Amino acid sequence: MHEAPLLRVRDLTKQFGEACSSCDGGENLEKNYCPTCGTVYACQNISFDLYPGEILGIVGESGSGKSSMMQCLYFDSEVTSGAVYLDHIPALAGKNVFALSSQQKRAIRNQQYGMVYQNPIRGLKMDFSSVGNIAEKLIAAGNRHVGDMEAVSKSLLEHVHIPLFRMKEEPRNFSGGMQQRVQIAKALSNNPPILFLDEVTTGLDLSVQANVLDLIKGIQRDLGISMIVVSHDLAVIRMLADRTIVMLNGSIIEDGLTDQILEDPQHAYTQQLVYSLL
Amino acid sequence: MKAKTHFAFFDEGSKKEIRRALLKAVAIPGYQVPFASREMPIARGWGTGGLQITLSLIGKQDVLKVIDQGADESVNAVSIKKLISKTTGVRLVERTEDATLIQSRHRIPEVPLTKNQILVLQVPMPEPLRGVEASEYQTKILHSEEDYSGAWLQLFEQVMKYGKTATGADHPVYVNGRYIMAPSPIPRFDNPKLHQSDALILFGAGREKKIYAVPPYADVSSLAFDDYPFQVESFAGENCHLCGAENVFLDELEDPVTNETIYQCNDTSYCLERLNENEEAEVRKTYA
Ligand SMILES: Nc1ncnc2c1ncn2[C@@H]1O[C@H](COP(=O)(O)OP(=O)(O)OP(=O)(O)O)[C@@H](O)[C@H]1O
Ligand SMILES: [Mg+2]
Ligand SMILES: [Zn+2]
Ligand SMILES: [Zn+2]
Repeated sequence: MHEAPLLRVRDLTKQFGEACSSCDGGENLEKNYCPTCGTVYACQNISFDLYPGEILGIVGESGSGKSSMMQCLYFDSEVTSGAVYLDHIPALAGKNVFALSSQQKRAIRNQQYGMVYQNPIRGLKMDFSSVGNIAEKLIAAGNRHVGDMEAVSKSLLEHVHIPLFRMKEEPRNFSGGMQQRVQIAKALSNNPPILFLDEVTTGLDLSVQANVLDLIKGIQRDLGISMIVVSHDLAVIRMLADRTIVMLNGSIIEDGLTDQILEDPQHAYTQQLVYSLL
Repeated sequence: MKAKTHFAFFDEGSKKEIRRALLKAVAIPGYQVPFASREMPIARGWGTGGLQITLSLIGKQDVLKVIDQGADESVNAVSIKKLISKTTGVRLVERTEDATLIQSRHRIPEVPLTKNQILVLQVPMPEPLRGVEASEYQTKILHSEEDYSGAWLQLFEQVMKYGKTATGADHPVYVNGRYIMAPSPIPRFDNPKLHQSDALILFGAGREKKIYAVPPYADVSSLAFDDYPFQVESFAGENCHLCGAENVFLDELEDPVTNETIYQCNDTSYCLERLNENEEAEVRKTYA
């Protein structure tokens, strides 16, 4: 890839706890955990680039820090240290967006990012209509025209195959797969160049999974949106991701083209993952 | 031995503390200032927030009017008046023009207020974002960051459900182009009276321990979408069956004799005054 990256992540570190003299900086850990003070090193010096139009897969076992990383990227939780650059926005070129004011971060979130959460309860207001859930993102981006927002919401819900006669229904009445599709429609509503998807298919039936994965593939193909797709399921990564990062205990242990990683894994842990899939 | 009572119920320290909250509220229009809401001899949720503001402001020279949903003689208005008059001895009136201090629940009087008056509104639910965010910690952040998507979302949902913004009362407003504020459960009809008001308007929520204000001549606009403009309740073509008033907030009643729908001024003192005026005019005509 010779294009400039859309998103550059540098040394993203997220720890839960105050650290102590024994673990300071991530020494003497058991997996990602300091047995002396209980600090969890959820993400340690994560660095990668996301290029225009690509799907970047993040794979790793439960607890390896995938969701923690996504929540930092989306500003849901504060990073401990590290930087993210969005150089394609002239006003932000060379600026670490983690260091911006919360208002500026919100503007980035509303205009540059879409997020699909592992758990739909985090991403949707279950008591509000599905249209309303999508409109919320449009309102946040500054829209004040009901007719416009309703039209955009309808076409997005159609795109994710939610029958229009159910669009005013609350997502609480929907199946898990439908809820994820409403989340995806919501995440797309402001035409974000960057989409974060955290375990979108976890907990769904296999046929519903396939359905949602097709939808994501189609979005990449038709809209050219760049995505970071997190999963602990290599099959999902294999189907979606152009490039893949493997995480273990909060660190990146391997990265490269998805095909390469699947055919010729380098790290012992990745080998184990890949062979168990075959 | 007779226990020594304070003027206006509170000791001076308590009044000072409430006044300090009021000053802050006036300085930051529409911002909810927390205050140490006190135990009152009436139950919380019955106007204790408004009452505490009134008691902290009232002086011997003040003339007080208390209304409850437009009525001067409702039980709640009367018990609040009793408490205040017993502890202050101030003059009580019903005519809006005669009052310097007006405490009200759910209405702004029909007679335009003046710069010599203060209106104190009782507030049950001060937080306009509560319907979308249950946590006080979060709503504080939303206000500080001016993140008002939630307030708009609630209106959007009403349009989806009812085809219009269906707030019966307490329709949210922008104050001074900065804070979104719950105007208390006044009808939408009264919202425009908040804009560029000559009088100082204060809001007190006793149970929720919040005070806020719309200072005189502040800009207040009701939230509305581009394609769904803000509209007040319409009583087009109807008027008060007693005094004939139009363009006021009317209550819908059923005539006990004919079972027909009739309308009557919600603001009872306004209606009474008009009746008296009409009567005087009649009398003048008769003797002219
Ligand atoms: N709020 C928190 N407080 C303390 N530790 C936390 C918190 N949130 C996450 N962690 C810890 O951080 C580590 C990474 O968790 P994270 O949720 O990011 O993992 P994950 O890779 O998304 O796992 P999964 O596949 O199960 O979703 C775990 O050890 C977790 O226990
Ligand atoms: Mg996770
Ligand atoms: Zn430690
Ligand atoms: Zn009348």
